[in-house]
Amino acid sequence: MTRDEIAERLAAVGYIADGELATALALMQMLRRPLLLEGEAGVGKTEVAKALAALYETELIRLQCYEGLDQPAALYEWNYQRQLLAIQAHQGQSGADIEDRIFSEKYLLERPLLAAIRRGAPPVLLIDEIDRADDEFEAFLLELLSDFQVSIPELGTIVATSIPYVVLTSNGTRELSDALRRRCLYHYVDYPEVDREARIILARIGGIGTSLAVQIAQMVDSIRKEDLRKVPGVAETLDWAAALVGLDVRDLHDAPEIVQETLMCLLKTREDKARLTPEVTARLLGKVA
Amino acid sequence: MSAHAPFRVENSGGDPDSLIALRLAGFLATLRDNGFAVGPGEGEDAATLIASGHASHPALLRSAFKHLFSSRKAEWDRFDGIFDAFWLGKRVRSRSMIAGAQKPADSPSLKSLRDGRAEHGGTQALDQAPSLDDAPESGGEGRMEGASQAENLADVDFRKLNDPEQVAQAHAAAARLAKAMRTRLTRRNLARHRGPQLDLRRTIHANISRGGVPIELMRRRRKDKPLRLVVLLDASGSMSLYTGVFVRFIHGVLDEFREAEAFLFHTQLAHVSDAMAERNPARALDRLAMMAQGAGGGTRIGLSLQTFNRWHAARVIHSRTCVMIVSDGYETGDAKLLGREMAQLAKRCRRIVWLNPMMGWEGYTPDAAGIKAALPHIDLYAPAHTLRSLQALEPYLARL
Repeated sequence: MTRDEIAERLAAVGYIADGELATALALMQMLRRPLLLEGEAGVGKTEVAKALAALYETELIRLQCYEGLDQPAALYEWNYQRQLLAIQAHQGQSGADIEDRIFSEKYLLERPLLAAIRRGAPPVLLIDEIDRADDEFEAFLLELLSDFQVSIPELGTIVATSIPYVVLTSNGTRELSDALRRRCLYHYVDYPEVDREARIILARIGGIGTSLAVQIAQMVDSIRKEDLRKVPGVAETLDWAAALVGLDVRDLHDAPEIVQETLMCLLKTREDKARLTPEVTARLLGKVA
Repeated sequence: MSAHAPFRVENSGGDPDSLIALRLAGFLATLRDNGFAVGPGEGEDAATLIASGHASHPALLRSAFKHLFSSRKAEWDRFDGIFDAFWLGKRVRSRSMIAGAQKPADSPSLKSLRDGRAEHGGTQALDQAPSLDDAPESGGEGRMEGASQAENLADVDFRKLNDPEQVAQAHAAAARLAKAMRTRLTRRNLARHRGPQLDLRRTIHANISRGGVPIELMRRRRKDKPLRLVVLLDASGSMSLYTGVFVRFIHGVLDEFREAEAFLFHTQLAHVSDAMAERNPARALDRLAMMAQGAGGGTRIGLSLQTFNRWHAARVIHSRTCVMIVSDGYETGDAKLLGREMAQLAKRCRRIVWLNPMMGWEGYTPDAAGIKAALPHIDLYAPAHTLRSLQALEPYLARL
């Protein structure tokens, strides 16, 4: 797929991409490199992987990283309980037979990483919030991402039947290693500009008018420029738009009280709520067309 | 960089693609000069991109290269400028970005930083801290009196070191101290590994060979994160007598600790870990002097902390982080802001240590507005005007 085709199909599956993302996805396909997405929380990094899966009409396999994530939880694990049951059920048999039996595929629990390389058609593998995992896991992942094969001592080496499209996301709570960064294509996801955010609202919220969508996007844009502890992301914008539509608001200027009351969809800390007083909200509303 | 031909090559008669490929090597070198980690793998991929027709339009090539070559936000933001300068011959705002050349430092407080002993910093220090030296005595508890006449270097106040040789000795001692701290802190970490909890899953796995009878018990150990040290160093005029020796100390810390980050602030904050990674301390100081350029008068501690909390804290601070602020606490900005940001910082990290060189001065009381606002949030407030006072910190850090 060329870059332009990708841009078209992204729009068709309901993902409003910024101009350069289509390039990134085209390069991913061409160079077979993983894509590392960085950006503030809530700018839609995870959505990129979902859109990619929809684009190629393939499965999305997701690995959520957390502190202490290790190989058994990410790659594979033997089903010990079943193995024990099997050993006891076949007490009379020879050791070699039992061994062959319990170290077969049937007793192997497939975790996301192994699943991703054993599919018929290449799936999209989303490794979410890689910065939350430990350094050791990152190093292990690096090896997997370059060889796409896994060796299981009891079973042998499993070579990938298909190379997945790998998307990694990071919120920047920890500095990633240079080696991992170099391995990946890099794309920085920024908050969408007003025009694009309006189009996202229109695509996602049914029954919303174009003028209200633009107003909401403008309002959120100016709220982001205020000095806030927690800047609202796209998901928050969509929540707010849905709330306003639900409350039958047609124009932000008609309902300043509702705007003030529903700001809770956007502001998630006490300090931020205190900062956006009705006066501040009125000033920001004044800038909205 | 001006020696390179412009992007369009219609007149040169050669095949444009191969010419571009030739210049690609030059571009890769430029990127490396600008601190991009570019390896042969990226070079090959770039050649693939050019061969596949991405070179037909500069914007397309720029976007493709940007994804390929940049690997962090800072590089992502700078890439377009570097690309345009190289391929399209556009000038970027600062030439040094492209050439990678470093201008010599010229701002006064930085020069003193480089020399390590501030010839002209003295007057500045006096301007901002009037008559501190001869203020009436007031007995503070638990503080160390500085400036003893003993020959022992460990007890000599850094600002009383005049002889270049002594300065060099003090610097080396500071670096050694950092190294020693690190070894002791890590060893303690290792010794602490112990597990009270039974790991059932691993136990079953380990005892498969015994038919599932749990003979060999597997335990779960809590993994200790190594202590991370984040140092924020005040490089303003009033601190200039001390910055030299602390820069050496921090250089040692960064070199030896597995996890450490360093920031420098005066009126604004600069992340200096990369500059400090230079093995040679003298060159590290040079690079540092570059980064601290544009320092005006005064110290905006509150503002610098705000920048830190907003842009760096999430990345560099984890649950076992000790933040060490080295400053005299003379805030020229808003002391209330400093208090607020200190409270914010205290919520995030394990401990805040504030080292104040002036605390060792005879008759010093913490009555500057800045330090008063910050004090409630500080876990350890200690003097740091001699090597001995730096040494006294170690047992405290080891307990974290």
